[in-house]
Amino acid sequence: MKTVLFRSYIRGVAVALAVVTAACGGGTATDEGAAVQAAGATIQINGAGATFPYPIYSKWFDEYHKQHETIEINYQSIGSGGGIRQMSNETVFFGATDGPMTDEQLKAAPGPILHLPMVLGADVPVYNLPGVADLRFTGPLLADIFLGKVKKWNDPAIAAVNAGVTLPTTDITVVHRSDGSGTTYIWADYLAKVSPEWKDRVGVSTAVNWPEGVGGKGNEGVAGLVSQTPGSVGYVELIYAVQNKMAFGAVQNVNGEFVKATTESVTAAAAAVANNMPADFRVSITNAAGPGAYPVSSFTWLLLYEAPKDTARSKAMVDFVKWALTDGQQLSSQLGYAPLPAALVAQELTALERVKTQ
Amino acid sequence: MRRDLGFRVGTGLFGVLLILIVAAIGFELARQSMLSVQKFGLGFWTSSTWDPVAGEFGALPFIWGTLYSSVLALAIATPIAIGIAVFITELCPPWLRQPLVFLTELLAAIPSIVYGLWGIFVLVPAVRWFQTSLPDSLRALPIFTGPPLGVGMLAATLILAVMVVPFTSSVTREVLKSVPMAQREGAYALGATRFEAIAAALFYARTGIIGAVMLGFGRALGETMAVTMVIGNNPQVSASLFAPQYTMAAVLANEFTEAADQLYLHALTEIGLVLFIITLVVNGLSRLLIWSMASSSKPARVPAAALPAAAEA
Repeated sequence: MKTVLFRSYIRGVAVALAVVTAACGGGTATDEGAAVQAAGATIQINGAGATFPYPIYSKWFDEYHKQHETIEINYQSIGSGGGIRQMSNETVFFGATDGPMTDEQLKAAPGPILHLPMVLGADVPVYNLPGVADLRFTGPLLADIFLGKVKKWNDPAIAAVNAGVTLPTTDITVVHRSDGSGTTYIWADYLAKVSPEWKDRVGVSTAVNWPEGVGGKGNEGVAGLVSQTPGSVGYVELIYAVQNKMAFGAVQNVNGEFVKATTESVTAAAAAVANNMPADFRVSITNAAGPGAYPVSSFTWLLLYEAPKDTARSKAMVDFVKWALTDGQQLSSQLGYAPLPAALVAQELTALERVKTQ
Repeated sequence: MRRDLGFRVGTGLFGVLLILIVAAIGFELARQSMLSVQKFGLGFWTSSTWDPVAGEFGALPFIWGTLYSSVLALAIATPIAIGIAVFITELCPPWLRQPLVFLTELLAAIPSIVYGLWGIFVLVPAVRWFQTSLPDSLRALPIFTGPPLGVGMLAATLILAVMVVPFTSSVTREVLKSVPMAQREGAYALGATRFEAIAAALFYARTGIIGAVMLGFGRALGETMAVTMVIGNNPQVSASLFAPQYTMAAVLANEFTEAADQLYLHALTEIGLVLFIITLVVNGLSRLLIWSMASSSKPARVPAAALPAAAEA
């Protein structure tokens, strides 16, 4: 009796081990560049990446599918870091990111990747000061606030740029992002340019070691915390501030103008840089010089392999990008994104020639 | 006989699978955090820096935040949960019993993100109001210092307490129901008051109650979404109830998707490993406690031989 039971237990363990190892070993990623679809059949393209451009990408994919019934593009907004990772692992055909890939990441990828700016975004400093409208900030002032050096709203540094505004004596509560995000990247990038101390102490990344403040999850978390906490200041994407009717301040640009973020001022920031654009489009446009340019603006990029194996998908994707850069830009402003300046679009269409489509 | 054997093997298989799954989780966590383990070693558990830009990672603020919020939540929730269980089983009028049970179970069914939203819109302003209404003498104490943000350890603790109560109370209720009537009758026979009889029943069921408390503790340790929305997400070690802090589950939920470089990813996975180890240790200790309580003083049993004699006499 005992030996029979013992033997059956051993058999049970062996079966369990076999089941577990089979489950582990069988999970290989499906090859995204699978056999080319027969002409006329639906082409499905998968992409993943940043959450910021998700609304406009969604709209574009939908509109494009209505015009080209055979092409279906799917996008998962898992975050810029995830998009870069999945691109490098070739589990998706295209990626999207708010912060450009670093040189190490590009080297680690299996092939050369093209960065294509698709729309513009901007971070705005939102604050909760009942009775105070239209605050103005300078870059170094924002850096000092987020570094924790300026602690009260009636600090002389704030009063100096806001003549005539009665500032309360409340403490400043800094609100930042708790999750890694392109929005943080843009903000940190700008602060690093206007404050050497920020650059040294904190640095630039999608997630940083914040010297001060509480963290909210997502743009909506920061917006929620700022609207609930009197005397708080935070940063959110322009679209969030506009749609939630939050008060946000004007920021001084390199030319000395105090500019409030609008689709025009953000496009002006890109136009200023369009003349000196590097060939790979990996440029930061924060603190851009130029009349009416909003200093905390940024591109969001689409990532495409220059020499993909699947040429049918590549051709479909390139056609889509051409459409998005031209006809698609009209849809951007409806959703609150700033459209790209024409000079830049021309440069990108030239760069698209590099992508292998057959 | 054959079906009996098949049943034994089948259920034995499930048991073994469970062990293999837990071992596989631990193994995979360890494997995916190798870079961070090699770079920081044991210093990871004691360092307070969390700097993704400079590549310096330390888990101490998260370990502190997790343990502080969970232990405090447990301290608040346990008396409430046991109180609910005692009321439902011993003192409650029969018509109220089912509705109360239903409502307590409903608390457990509410998704944690809903708790988080309720926390942001209701609990956080309440905590802020509470903080501003504290006298200055109290606010000078290290446990109450800090600006009136609202978000912070207290808000997280209160939300965790609310989430833990239904788990602990439902298991305690079941355990109390299974206390044999003989215990209570014996207590009354010896002249106990209502309260003392209930205390006797609780004493009999103490190992089950400890198990229920540990179940709640496990829930509190791992709770993510509700906590991250109200705790302030600031990695600092602070004794103050009003300071924004951070927990291990919250940092994993927040930063995992955007972690682009390998060391960052491995550091986050190591935090997962730390949480796994802490959970194992806590559960192991609770098992040890239950075992030692159960074996040290066995509940009194009337020997079967004495019963017929008592009946005749």
